[in-house]
Amino acid sequence: MSTFLGMPTAPPRSPYGTGHLRGDRTFPEAAHDELRNEQLRRNLGRATRTIRTKRLDVTGELPDWEQLRDAGSAIKTDTMNRLPELLEQLERKVTERGGTVHWARDGVEANEIVTRLIRATGSSDVIKVKSMATQEIGLNEHLEAAGITPYETDLAELIVQLADDRPSHILVPAIHRNRDEIRQIFLDEIPGVDPDLDNVPAHLAAAARAYLREKFMTTRVAVSGANFGIAETGTLAVVESEGNGRMCLTLPDTLITVMGIEKVLPRHQDLEVFLQLLPRSSTGERMNPYTSMWTGVTPGDGPQDFHLVLLDNGRTAALADAIGREALNCIRCSACLNVCPVYERAGGHAYGSTYPGPIGAVLTPQLAGMHAAKNDPNSSLPYASSLCGACFDACPVKIDIPSMLVELRHQHTEQSGTTAEKLAMKAAAAVMSRPTLFTAAQKAASLGRAVGGRDGTVPRLPAPFGGWSDSRDLAAPPKQSFRAWLSSAEGAETMRAAAEEGAGRTADTPEEDR
Amino acid sequence: MTTPTARETVLGRIRDALALAPAPDTVIPRNYRTGRTLPDGERLALLTDRLVDYRATVHPCTADRTAEVVAGILNERGARRIGVPDGLDERWLGAYDGEVRRDSADVPAPSLDALDGVVTASAVSCAETGTIFLDGSPDQGRRALSLVPDLHVCVVDLSSVVAGVPEAVARLVPERPTTLISGPSATSDIELERVEGVHGPRTLAVVIRTDA
Repeated sequence: MSTFLGMPTAPPRSPYGTGHLRGDRTFPEAAHDELRNEQLRRNLGRATRTIRTKRLDVTGELPDWEQLRDAGSAIKTDTMNRLPELLEQLERKVTERGGTVHWARDGVEANEIVTRLIRATGSSDVIKVKSMATQEIGLNEHLEAAGITPYETDLAELIVQLADDRPSHILVPAIHRNRDEIRQIFLDEIPGVDPDLDNVPAHLAAAARAYLREKFMTTRVAVSGANFGIAETGTLAVVESEGNGRMCLTLPDTLITVMGIEKVLPRHQDLEVFLQLLPRSSTGERMNPYTSMWTGVTPGDGPQDFHLVLLDNGRTAALADAIGREALNCIRCSACLNVCPVYERAGGHAYGSTYPGPIGAVLTPQLAGMHAAKNDPNSSLPYASSLCGACFDACPVKIDIPSMLVELRHQHTEQSGTTAEKLAMKAAAAVMSRPTLFTAAQKAASLGRAVGGRDGTVPRLPAPFGGWSDSRDLAAPPKQSFRAWLSSAEGAETMRAAAEEGAGRTADTPEEDR
Repeated sequence: MTTPTARETVLGRIRDALALAPAPDTVIPRNYRTGRTLPDGERLALLTDRLVDYRATVHPCTADRTAEVVAGILNERGARRIGVPDGLDERWLGAYDGEVRRDSADVPAPSLDALDGVVTASAVSCAETGTIFLDGSPDQGRRALSLVPDLHVCVVDLSSVVAGVPEAVARLVPERPTTLISGPSATSDIELERVEGVHGPRTLAVVIRTDA
């Protein structure tokens, strides 16, 4: 609720239990299973390696790449600062050009709006362009429950939909499937498909073309997302490769576009930055094969009934977080996924959210929160990172993902109350501040050698520290502490010898080498 | 007091958010390359290189040979029935002996599927990215026309080819329905292996008129 007396209230997150912004188990639990899937790891390793190389090639050939990143980052930050006026301007322009604008507080409301609009056309089928926003709010499930059949038309989304699977990558959602699996899915699920279909990607793509062609020609309603919405002109843009987007945006009578409120851009000119940043960062191409731009309704060309649904669903909650709001600058290129060592091994499903990888680990908790329930799986996402910083380097709009992860970890610890870790830290602080106690504790610790193995490591710690040693060995404590050694006769002798050697060297060293 | 609409609520939340986490005004640095110009020969070479990379076919010619080159491409591809936008220069089809259908808004889009190909002009092209911009002008037609048929022959005048993306975006009329085309339709969704030709035209032939 907005306030009336000038006292701002924190906006709500995406409602708990709706959409696809939370898994049903924590990241480590899910990753544990995914890591056993060798097929997945092989596909992901190969795919992310390929895109990484392509991206570096095409970003490296632009001498002004860093300047473009600076501009992109600043445009997005400026957009967030001026969001109310920009959205009102976008609404005005779209309306002037014959479109209708709807506002949705959350995913549930957006789903209801889209369902109502489709029902009003009398159609029971809808063709869909790949869209993160409609995936996030679970639109397909909602439509199916309402008796409307959604057809995903992006090849990878089609594969995922036919297999009753979940996307695992922002850009290539079926990256976890190989050609044999895809062939089998098509044989099982596409009515009338050639039973002799082989596993050649070109033939699989041709089978999808034939299947979807009929849908494109006969379905009267389409649902899309949007990469950009230009406030100045009311123009919307969809960036794609296959032409399924052009089909959906052009052939039906009715087009319904669901756009997160953060996708607005101030000026048409801003496209000159993002049309360079996005394709090079996402597919590693100089330009993606197709981009469609439309402004409201154009008589005689394309859908004559156009609806734009502006979606909040936790975005305003992210905006209210001085650090977290940067996650809203994301343009969904997926470069951060492809460079992330954690994503490369665990895959997208482990994150439990529509938004996987490094950006997902910060965006998902911002949109849906981390403490909506006891042991909220989202609270494990900020830890799904080694903080290596590769994502920050790759991000075309310079989102500082590592700093945001650290901030979310801090927020999580603050929220978590008394934990074993907190108690242990408190005890350690008390001991370390008293020298006598500290020396005694060190002596006691050396008894821990008893549990060390022959290689001098402790393979498994007792509860509650067992989790830490699941994937690590702890070095067994040494016989004596450094302080004990230093005050021994052996320590004193070694130090004396080192001091003499050092003094000798200084005297012999020629002046210019110092 | 009435219940606030979704619009009022969302706008109110945004204002609340900005009040809770106020941010300083941002200056946008635009010191990336803009307003670049390149000589004709370089723009032609760059655009050709990019289009070939996307596996489009490129056919440079002088304007007086347009009809001959267009007919050559259509015949080579076996296109016997083609569609053209209503405003296309009819002289471009002077050497073609197949059936030509002039498009209009009342032709149902699905019937375009029966065409073997389409010939259109273009608005602007970007050499550095190999991108052709169609803007729905009378010589380019509605978007469905250049989408549904499997062969797209696109005529590009070298004078409309600019160096980079900023120069191309600056030439657009924002309100026109605009399509950016960089090669034939493609997918890399299966094991990241590139496959040309999914839903859009599987063949893109670009006629670049070097003196027009």
